[in-house]
Amino acid sequence: MGKRTVWGKWWYKFSRNPLSVVGLGIVCGIVFVALFAPWVAPYPEHAGPYVNYGEANRPPSFSHPFGTDAFGRDILSRVFFAFRSSLLMGLVVLAIVVPVGVTLGLVAGYFKESWLDVFIMRVTDIFLSVPPLILALAITSVLKPNLTNAMMAVSVMWWPWYTRLVYGMATSLRNEYFVQSAELLGASKFHILFREILPNCVSTILTKMTLDMGWVILIGAALSFVGLGEQPPKPALGTMVSDGARYLPEHWWMAVFPGLAIMLIVLGFNLLGDGIGDLFSLEEA
Amino acid sequence: MSQPLLELQDLSVHFRVYGGYLRVLDGVNFRVAPQEKVGLVGETGCGKTTTMKTIMRILPQPPGIVRGGKILFKGKEVLRMDTGEVEQMRRREIAMIFQDPTAALNPVFTIGEQLFDAIRYATGKETDHRFLHEVAVRALEEVALPDPARILTNYPIQLSGGMRQRVCIALALACPKELLIADEPGTSLDVTIQDQILRLIHRLAEERKMAVILISHSLGVIRDWTERVWVMYAGTIVEEAETQELFARPLHPYTQALLRCVPKLTGEGIAKGIPGRIPDYFDPPSGCRFHPRCPYRMEVCSREKPRLYGTSSHQVACFLYQEGKR
Repeated sequence: MGKRTVWGKWWYKFSRNPLSVVGLGIVCGIVFVALFAPWVAPYPEHAGPYVNYGEANRPPSFSHPFGTDAFGRDILSRVFFAFRSSLLMGLVVLAIVVPVGVTLGLVAGYFKESWLDVFIMRVTDIFLSVPPLILALAITSVLKPNLTNAMMAVSVMWWPWYTRLVYGMATSLRNEYFVQSAELLGASKFHILFREILPNCVSTILTKMTLDMGWVILIGAALSFVGLGEQPPKPALGTMVSDGARYLPEHWWMAVFPGLAIMLIVLGFNLLGDGIGDLFSLEEA
Repeated sequence: MSQPLLELQDLSVHFRVYGGYLRVLDGVNFRVAPQEKVGLVGETGCGKTTTMKTIMRILPQPPGIVRGGKILFKGKEVLRMDTGEVEQMRRREIAMIFQDPTAALNPVFTIGEQLFDAIRYATGKETDHRFLHEVAVRALEEVALPDPARILTNYPIQLSGGMRQRVCIALALACPKELLIADEPGTSLDVTIQDQILRLIHRLAEERKMAVILISHSLGVIRDWTERVWVMYAGTIVEEAETQELFARPLHPYTQALLRCVPKLTGEGIAKGIPGRIPDYFDPPSGCRFHPRCPYRMEVCSREKPRLYGTSSHQVACFLYQEGKR
């Protein structure tokens, strides 16, 4: 028996499912190559407006593991740089969506059956009733297509999920005795919302955030696939798939490798999300 | 008689439900003098907790509706207070503890963090950490918890039920209050711990010159720890007397029946119970709410609601004790 530390216990719970560890590995790997893309990528200059028709349409080889595209750019290097915008998209969207969605959900849940609840939740329902991708497409096509607007569009369609999630938890937590005793001690509404109810929702929110990273990135890729995300010549996974699709099937590597990259990033965050969910499960550790 | 600390006048609280109202409280009159230890007894579902929640203004509304009556605390009308005044009242004047100590503490914070918050509220935004720590340790010492400094760093799950109830009391009384409402404070604990908790409440009340409302359905508890008893039946007060007097000379047929139900070690009285059951609040009996179960019922009982008869030291809501009878 070694020493029982807090971190050791967390790791024990997390690592009991090997797939979580795989997910953590994938995510760490992707974050690493994205952060250090200029140093890790074999041809960093290929991430920009670089053209070398002499090297164009090369199949995967040792010098170009993922092959090259129609302009002679190394696809592996471009995938590394594309991870940057994908991760940035996920982070920014969640950074906007979580505070907004969670606050609205808390307020609506705590003041259940008041006009606030009705107003917030009906607006939420309206947003949820529109198919998310269509809404995002509509917003981005009205605005100028670029990464910032794509992030805004996805944020607009994403917050209601957090509102719904937290609303459900807040409506049950507000009846807990510890919330009542806080009220009895004269705690303010702000204290009750953010110090009593919110901390009891954190585990669920955190799990959903990790899972959502993958989904937001997928939506981002879908937007860039139809040309509404990061604009060329900057690399984006969706754009690379759609450009490469034109050369299918003979130059298959142009679409397949960026596609696999999307799959990998979504898979990684999903496995990690499940692992984080396990951390907070009440089963014996 | 001096001015009461708390006074309820004809308090009526209904709950809105499908197809109408549940008439849960029907004209409750109740008084607590400063520093008095008062007991409130009655069956489960007779409205004891609803009454207290109404006083503390934590009755969920909707579905609850205050239909009439007044609550006066130190002469102020509680039901007319705005949110700020209610918060001040809860922070400085009235404390309440619940039956189930396991659910009354937030599971994700340490005892210390929760105590600090409570103290900050009661004293008005004192942020000096050393001061908070000092007050918190003293509060835990007062409720006779060993090793307060360690308990401050514990999470609720690490404490036993009895310890948690003590923490709840410490939370409620971290700062001086004038009235403590203890809603069945030991019911979910075993009998020895329950006794310790009640002893503790009694001691604190004596030391701090605090009034206590002890809610219980256990007559033994009421007898041991209160000076005056109010008996509640189906949302009405049926009898009020000094504790000694009530147990020696119960007047209301319901109180008499209730006392007969207490199992004795000799074995008599065990299976008696009170025939019938607590009435349906949706369509309560007319007149006296006890009349369908009452062995002495008269014609007038189903027609009129009895007021409290008797002297100020012993009052009873029963027509048997109207002037000129008995």
